[in-house]
Amino acid sequence: MQAPDNSIEVEGLVREFKKGPRAVDGIDLHVDPGEIYGFLGPNGAGKSTTVLMLTTLLPPTAGTARVAGFDVVREGPKVRKAIGAALQEAALDPLLTGREHLRLQMAMHGIGGDERRRRADELLERVGLTDAADRKVKGYSGGMKRRLDLALALVHRPRVLFLDEPTTGLDPQSRAALWEEVERLARDEGVTVFLTTQYLEEADVLAARVGIIDQGRIVAEGTPEELKAEFSSSTIEALPANVEEKGAVASVLERFGARTTGFSPGTVAVQLASSDGRLTEIVRALDAEGLRIAHLQIHEPTLDDVFLAKTGRHLEGAESEDAEADPELVAT
Amino acid sequence: MLRDTFAVARGVAWRQLHNAVLNPAVFFPSLAFPLLNFAAFAGGLARVREVPGFDFAGSYTAFTYVFILLQSAAFSGVFSGFGVARDFETGFTRRLMLIAPNRSGLVLGYALASATRWLITGSIVTAVAFAVGMRIDGNGVDLFGLYTLALLVNFAGTLWSTGVAMRVRSQQAGPLMQMPVFLVLFFAPVYVPLALLKGWIHAVATVNPLTPLLEAERGFVSGAPAHVAVAYAVGAALVAAFGLWAIRGLRKAEAAG
Amino acid sequence: MTSALAVQVGYLARRSAVRTLRQPAGVVFPLLFPVLLLAVNAGGLRAETKLPGFPTDSFLAFALAVPFIQGGLFATGNAGIDIAKDVQTGFLNRLALTPMRGIALILGEIGGVMALAVVQALFYLCIGLVFGVRLASGVGGAFVLLLLAALIALGFATFGAFAALRTGSTEAVNGIFPVFFVFLFISSMNIPRDLMSVTWFRWFATINPVSYLIEAVRSLVIVGWDAEALVLGFGCAILIIVAGFALSVAALRERMSRT
Repeated sequence: MQAPDNSIEVEGLVREFKKGPRAVDGIDLHVDPGEIYGFLGPNGAGKSTTVLMLTTLLPPTAGTARVAGFDVVREGPKVRKAIGAALQEAALDPLLTGREHLRLQMAMHGIGGDERRRRADELLERVGLTDAADRKVKGYSGGMKRRLDLALALVHRPRVLFLDEPTTGLDPQSRAALWEEVERLARDEGVTVFLTTQYLEEADVLAARVGIIDQGRIVAEGTPEELKAEFSSSTIEALPANVEEKGAVASVLERFGARTTGFSPGTVAVQLASSDGRLTEIVRALDAEGLRIAHLQIHEPTLDDVFLAKTGRHLEGAESEDAEADPELVAT
Repeated sequence: MLRDTFAVARGVAWRQLHNAVLNPAVFFPSLAFPLLNFAAFAGGLARVREVPGFDFAGSYTAFTYVFILLQSAAFSGVFSGFGVARDFETGFTRRLMLIAPNRSGLVLGYALASATRWLITGSIVTAVAFAVGMRIDGNGVDLFGLYTLALLVNFAGTLWSTGVAMRVRSQQAGPLMQMPVFLVLFFAPVYVPLALLKGWIHAVATVNPLTPLLEAERGFVSGAPAHVAVAYAVGAALVAAFGLWAIRGLRKAEAAG
Repeated sequence: MTSALAVQVGYLARRSAVRTLRQPAGVVFPLLFPVLLLAVNAGGLRAETKLPGFPTDSFLAFALAVPFIQGGLFATGNAGIDIAKDVQTGFLNRLALTPMRGIALILGEIGGVMALAVVQALFYLCIGLVFGVRLASGVGGAFVLLLLAALIALGFATFGAFAALRTGSTEAVNGIFPVFFVFLFISSMNIPRDLMSVTWFRWFATINPVSYLIEAVRSLVIVGWDAEALVLGFGCAILIIVAGFALSVAALRERMSRT
């Protein structure tokens, strides 16, 4: 028997909205079975629109996408059977309990009586909601809602899981718990995870590969390490002991790379031309000029540097001016 | 002190009216229901005028108009309470409390804005009534009485709903603001004069504070004013009582932080 | 109906009923408000029975039909607001990701509302009986009345569902509520059509289907078995259901534009 295809294949996917921008502007991507793929970008970049198309909730304007081996346009019901999704809004009924949500979701999936009870108990335990299972959702915290959301996405044992900004607004503890569960799903159950996020750390920690999206286009793709190595090198930042020596410090540092914006006020920062460690050389050069430094720091490259290199903006606060079009709008 | 109060009142009233102008849809509920009732009563029930013992001198349209005018006044007040509750939910009231040297001015401001809004809805109701052929037999003084009494009802409605909003501080208090006003309005002689009501409704209408106001208003419209002093006394008493209710509500809101 | 669809409809109807029952204000207000209005009108308009040609000497019996229609109107609001909330919170998307059939959503939401509408109708009937109204059509008439009340609620609820699916906004659903009240107020709600003296009002009440719904219910209470009134009433109810359902299904298809 052939193993099920848990991959995601996207070619030239486009989504245009009436009276709106091209929210997704011809993206190509591939996600391997069992891989956690991080889809990183600022608000309004096109992440959620992509997820809506891949989960069959929004027809693409152009392009093709296959999820779990099925075409999202022509084989919608088969795609839905194979996937689970926790979309951006928790989408829970405040008046139903956690257990009632699970039972309703399972009834919609045609899961029968005994199995329904067993699976509900199992999922509640897995997401740590057993004690709160019979409480109305309106009394749940943000973290509990997200965990229930994840459990609901898993009721029918999906092969591909879409998580749209699953940790937005969560406290660090809830975030870590969710990360752990997502890692476990991919590692132990071979679930392919497509995770959108605007948090650099989340993509860095969780994703085997990352796609960076900005204004509807994928601007970079690869493993976090590859991306960082390809697009960035370390930055050295020095705080002169004497403010008047700032210019002299800058001219020394510029011998080692290009001047860039510092992270703290009063500092001089330079992006090193080479990624090899040159700290000793830099210290010697400063010493040779008789310059005293109050604080010296090397910043390792981050995905934000990658984003900066590709778009000229930092990821934080880079919300697209053409905020992602409202999927409520009718397609052209 | 008084200057501070008026300055705050003017600011709050300006903001309420500014919002109303930018979002004219807020007029809709306070206008739709009186007009709908007017159509249903004056159009559908005109034959009720022929019931033996119906002793109103004017037309049934004029008879109904008076009730509709008071209803629009009261409900304009109630709907302004919704705005106060919304301000609590959004935290805007906290900002107002922070900047107002004299917070009683907040209540006065809401009342002034509500009165101005009612002048608009009341004018529309009146225009519609004239358009469908209503005749007013009272003179200028009677008309002055007609509208000032209605204004007192508007103030009372605003102060009542503001008092509720200050205590509950949530839009969920909507039914609590509306329902008592609805009951007071409809447990009055709405469709026929008091004398034609029988049984329990007659007993309730007799002690209903709105009844003397409604009867005095009908007197103004028909040119035969009656119970005017009692009506003004009741109107003033309602404003005073609900003014106290609203101010005490404000104090509770201040205490709640 | 296939068994899978029946299960889906059953679960969604149960959910609809459960969440309505968990908001006591949502149950109490639609139950009490029509009774309150009935009390106000039965007291205030009792003198109307003295008009020559008025069909009964009890205004309470005459007006008892109105709460059944108002209950139906509240069903519009409940069904509409519940569905609009599902659109706004994304719950509809969650359901759309399951193999649920679109029609199950409408049938389920409306099924729950109808169940509550029958309970409401029973309550109004009991109120009438307690205050001395006897159905001229007898016990059989009571069953027909409950059936008609359920159909009326179903008809109005389909329009609530349509508004919700079309706009996806609770504000918009709340906004159309007064429009439905126009149909109630400018009908034979408070006076028989042949006693209306204002021409435009009489014309509107005559073309207004709500008049025929009221008159069918009223005929069971004060006349007995009036075939013409019942045929017109059931006919209008069925027409409203068909129209509302067609509109809802079309709006749902657009809303759940899943592939």
